[in-house]
Amino acid sequence: MTGIAVAKISELRAARAASPPAAAFVAPALMVLCAINVLPFLWSIGVSFFHFRADHLTTPPRFLGFGNYLDLITDPDIWEHFVNTGTMIGFSVSIQLVVGALLAFLFHRRFPGRRLVMMLVLAPMLLSTVAVGTFFSLFYDPTFGIVSAVVRPFTGAAYAPLGTPFSAMMSLVAADAWMWSPFVMLLLLAGLDGVPPYLLEAAEIDRASYWRRFWTVIFPAIRSVLLLALLFRTIESFNMFDLIYTITNGGPGTSTESVSTEIYDTAFVLFESGRASALGNLSVFVVIVLTRIYFRAIQLRKEAA
Amino acid sequence: MRDEESTPVRNQAGLGRTLVAAVVGLVYFFPVIWMILAAFKTRADALATPPKLFFTPTLEHFWASFRRVSTDGAQVFDTGLDRNFANSIFISLASVALALALGALAAYGFARLRIVGRDHFMFYILVLRMVPPITAIVPLYVLFRVTGLGGGYIAIILVYTAFNLPFVIWMLRSFLDELHQPIEEAARLDGSSELKILWRICLPQMQAGIAATAIIAFVFTWNDFLFSLLLTSVDTRTVPVAMTRVVGADVGVDWGVFAAIGTIYLLPVLLIAFFLQSQLLRGASFGTVPR
Repeated sequence: MTGIAVAKISELRAARAASPPAAAFVAPALMVLCAINVLPFLWSIGVSFFHFRADHLTTPPRFLGFGNYLDLITDPDIWEHFVNTGTMIGFSVSIQLVVGALLAFLFHRRFPGRRLVMMLVLAPMLLSTVAVGTFFSLFYDPTFGIVSAVVRPFTGAAYAPLGTPFSAMMSLVAADAWMWSPFVMLLLLAGLDGVPPYLLEAAEIDRASYWRRFWTVIFPAIRSVLLLALLFRTIESFNMFDLIYTITNGGPGTSTESVSTEIYDTAFVLFESGRASALGNLSVFVVIVLTRIYFRAIQLRKEAA
Repeated sequence: MRDEESTPVRNQAGLGRTLVAAVVGLVYFFPVIWMILAAFKTRADALATPPKLFFTPTLEHFWASFRRVSTDGAQVFDTGLDRNFANSIFISLASVALALALGALAAYGFARLRIVGRDHFMFYILVLRMVPPITAIVPLYVLFRVTGLGGGYIAIILVYTAFNLPFVIWMLRSFLDELHQPIEEAARLDGSSELKILWRICLPQMQAGIAATAIIAFVFTWNDFLFSLLLTSVDTRTVPVAMTRVVGADVGVDWGVFAAIGTIYLLPVLLIAFFLQSQLLRGASFGTVPR
């Protein structure tokens, strides 16, 4: 009797020992993440305290302390880039939420041919940003562009959307919002599926107006997904690079330069690696704060479920 | 995936809805249609003012995107686009496969095993996905120059693997969280190793989830521009970077060729948009919004 129990226990122990510890499961992934993401990040924290150029690897870096950071936060151009980025995020994300919501209401119900039509709407978010950017820059061309062709009969003159700072920014916003509204739609479709049908039926029986039904039944159910969409799109728009690079390249002047394109210019045009790293770290800090809120929103959603 | 038949009748809309949606869909899709049309237009038609909607189609740009004839017609250049396509396919597939393998192990670790500070790990893994890619590229560029890996396949595949890993870990973990665990407990009591439980019990149950994860990671990698722009060489360059070279080529902006490349590159992604809609839905939320 005892012998069997002992044998059983030792068998179990052997099995435990044979299965690798938890750390072994996560270690390979964490090693890759460390090598490609974390170490370079630590390196860039180090480099941000130096004057260092990536095109002169042999020249010893010169220690500046917080010099790069002080330079950046006292540079009005940098603030302008943060303000540009913020303005673009504000416009683009609000449009995405509105258009995404309208699309979600349209596609929430099943109808014949839904899958095919939805493919048309989903395509933009799956396109290469470079292709989208380059094509939109053709649309915005004053001579050959379709925007100019539409405007010309009314004004009699060619129209250059990329000519003034504000219209250039709105042109970027249009491309970004066009690409990513379907993403918001996807999230909201999932949210709408969570609306309890019996509540909708009850509201219908009570002859509640559509507006009232929306605010009392539908909105509470999609609020948390809406928050996820808002946060995720804000973070992603903050990182916007490809569209700016291909459509305006920061112009006219520096009016549509975002934080990402500024880092690119500093690092790969001016090769001021130290300064670029410092600016990169400032934006990582912004993103960590935003991600913290996003993470909290996910956890709240899980707890509610 | 939701069964169309099980949907309550009140959720069905008629042909009227189809009509409205079709109009909205076509308007929304218009920029893509315009690109596809441009791929079939002659150079004169493409740049006509006002823009032409009807024209005689030509396939010349599709040929020209692979073989370019010099302006005097005497020489034929190989544009290397076939190589770029092979690179895009190989690099995307390799990095997604690697990310899935490493990510599945890690996701299992975080979902089932005791790991101290699990939530902190999950949070910082998410942060790694969210930071602006450009901030990672500045140091990586130097790292690869110093180690001599720059421009090779290993470097770019590792970078995409690391870029996809956070997403893969989050997705697969959410699928693991939904599995029915008593079966695994039983296997564990019978002495199965954790690795065997993951391989034999968990993974077979989450094939749809793995497919969704793989597809979305593939689309990310397939379309990425920035990493490829700065971390690949002529031999390892992918299509999105090659496309921008067409725009800046010596012959000026050749919209037809650009559109032709864009159209070919778009095809796999359109198929995904048609056949895998519900998987995209799951992926949009990093797996956090279950169907």
